[in-house]
Amino acid sequence: MSASDKNQPTQGSIFYDQGFRSIVYQILLAVGLGYVGWALFSNVIENLDRQGIATGWSFLWTSSGFDIGESVIEYDAGDTYGRALLVGFLNTVRVAFLGIIFATILGVFMGVARVSRNWLLSTISSWFVEIGRNVPVVLHVIFWGTVIHLLPQPREAMVPFEGAFIMNRGFVMPFPVYDDAYPWVGLGLIVGIAGVVFLNKWAQAKRERTGQYIHTLWPGLGIFFGCPLVVWLAFGAPLVWDVPALKGFNFQGGLQLSPEFIALLVGITVYTASFIAEIVRSGIQSVPSGQVEAAGAVGLRQGFIMRYVVIPQALRVIVPPTASQYLSLTKNSSLGVLIGYPDLVNIGNTTLNQTGQAVEAITIMMLVYLGISIVISLFMNFYNRIVAIKER
Amino acid sequence: MTKSIKTFAALAIAGAVSMTSASVALAEDGPTLKAVKERGEVLCGVHQGRYGFAIADNQGKWKGLDVDFCRAVAAAVLGDSEKVKYIPLGSVQRFPALQSGEVDMLSRTTTVTLTRDSALGLNFGPPTFYTGTGFMVRKSIGATKVEDLAGAAVCVFPGSTTEKNIASLFAAKKLDYKPVVIESSKQLVGAYMSGRCDVLSMDQAGLPGHQQFDADNPADHVILPGVFSKEPLGVGVRAGDDQWFDIIKWVTHATFNAEEWGVTSANASDLKANSTDINVQRLLGAKGDLGQKLGLGNDWAYNVISQVGNYGEIYDRNWGPPLNLDRGVNNLWTNGGLMYGFPMK
Repeated sequence: MSASDKNQPTQGSIFYDQGFRSIVYQILLAVGLGYVGWALFSNVIENLDRQGIATGWSFLWTSSGFDIGESVIEYDAGDTYGRALLVGFLNTVRVAFLGIIFATILGVFMGVARVSRNWLLSTISSWFVEIGRNVPVVLHVIFWGTVIHLLPQPREAMVPFEGAFIMNRGFVMPFPVYDDAYPWVGLGLIVGIAGVVFLNKWAQAKRERTGQYIHTLWPGLGIFFGCPLVVWLAFGAPLVWDVPALKGFNFQGGLQLSPEFIALLVGITVYTASFIAEIVRSGIQSVPSGQVEAAGAVGLRQGFIMRYVVIPQALRVIVPPTASQYLSLTKNSSLGVLIGYPDLVNIGNTTLNQTGQAVEAITIMMLVYLGISIVISLFMNFYNRIVAIKER
Repeated sequence: MTKSIKTFAALAIAGAVSMTSASVALAEDGPTLKAVKERGEVLCGVHQGRYGFAIADNQGKWKGLDVDFCRAVAAAVLGDSEKVKYIPLGSVQRFPALQSGEVDMLSRTTTVTLTRDSALGLNFGPPTFYTGTGFMVRKSIGATKVEDLAGAAVCVFPGSTTEKNIASLFAAKKLDYKPVVIESSKQLVGAYMSGRCDVLSMDQAGLPGHQQFDADNPADHVILPGVFSKEPLGVGVRAGDDQWFDIIKWVTHATFNAEEWGVTSANASDLKANSTDINVQRLLGAKGDLGQKLGLGNDWAYNVISQVGNYGEIYDRNWGPPLNLDRGVNNLWTNGGLMYGFPMK
């Protein structure tokens, strides 16, 4: 028997064929999963039927009959349950989107501060991280809800600056009245961002060609703010402030942030930021100090080392766990139900109760969270591919 | 001849079998009654904390009108009003808890509505309490009627009939308002007391308790006059178990009738032995077999009245001092109210 004989697949029996076997296993698994799914589904339907509970989706098109405290789209009690759930979905997206942005900014700042040589900064950051991540997120949310309820009444509201008010009904401030010029200003901003990207590419190309370092910070900021500013001025600088005023019980007009929204946003932001801070710290510390010293030895300056040596390598460590933090933040936003923020779960619960369609309402909630999570995952995977190490 | 004898015999046997099976069907306990007897305990869904209806005192003992109806059913079925396990439920969890069998009965300030009765697969006993949507406000805002509440922030429970009532009430009056919707009773009342809301809205009968016990100074708050919806509160059970539904129904009627006929917890024993009123004799099990017909012992209603009391006693115990809620429509029909016990014969 030669060695090559042993590696020959055994002839005759198809069951020893690896390809065939893996197909069989996968078919068995699929059939098994399908059966479990079908058994669950038919069990639910049978039991609902036995208990005389109506099923179906028609409730989505019937009038809800309840009001919702805050909404980014028009809504009143005459609208359908479907639209009420859409309002809840948008409220969830609103708080999760802002939460992700603020948690990232705060988390990166605290993570960098943690490894800073400045004693005060690193101590503050340590306290922030330890308090933030060791207190359950539910308590964070309830804590901020309680803090806001202790603020003064609308009539005695605190005034941080002209036209803005802080009180137990939340935060209100002046907001520009919509003008037809604003979409163009937005376009100017996009042009500005593109300009900054282009400027950096150009500066990098020039540096690699000539070795000459070009400061891009001030020109970059100039382009970033300049483009929309020029567009705005070209339209004759339209600006009318909608200033909030106390009418009856509450402030009307301006930008209004409800106490529930603020409490939920601050609660989940602080909680998640403390985790992101630790992720950022571990990412920075994962870069061997020898590299920083070597970069210094060849004469690179401090900011340069951070930007071109440390951060690209740290991001590889930082991005994947941060993606899961974004996912948990989104799911934690469902805690709004505790303090009365009208998010998807809050509206879903009310719908469930008013219509009795428990299975349907919970299915909708689960599918929506699944959808949001998949979108975040896809985006973060895409970003991870960009920052991942590229084998050349 | 032999053939006809055979036929006769067959018929007789068939008849006997069907008769025995019929009598077995009568005597056999329905699923809920059977489960309760085996468990030796009634699982009763109640409010997490509403004065007058269901609230646990500082020794953890539950009190309230809804609680007393849990106790009445336990007394009728198990002979002991203390054999109840109270399961506090939020407004959102209450129906799934009943539907799934987590509780045997739902005695939790639940308004009887058509949708709940039909699409939710439930049945409701006779209303044990009539109330309607009410509003409590701080005196300092100077509101005396609903029209004064334009633009107000209103604290309300989610999934409640109140939530829908205020939406249609304010829409009909073309008033703007902002609902603040929180499920936890503590959080919701706390939000109102801390000034997050201008108005606390719920069944009007729930408001005096929060005014008396949750406010720093009860005199700072006022309950607006008027009742703005119909809220008949009844005990809910799962549809499909008629026997259990009958028990709930007739325990409730027993408390109404006992009050009408002057049977109280104090005189029930005496009346059981000495009453000459045929109604009272039937009620207390001295005559007739009303208990057997429900699948219970014949002293079922005697146990209810002697251990829990008649409706008037239940009302006074829970709505007397310090809440002092006027009986109004919750009085007996003979006194101009809506409480009307059906004939028990």
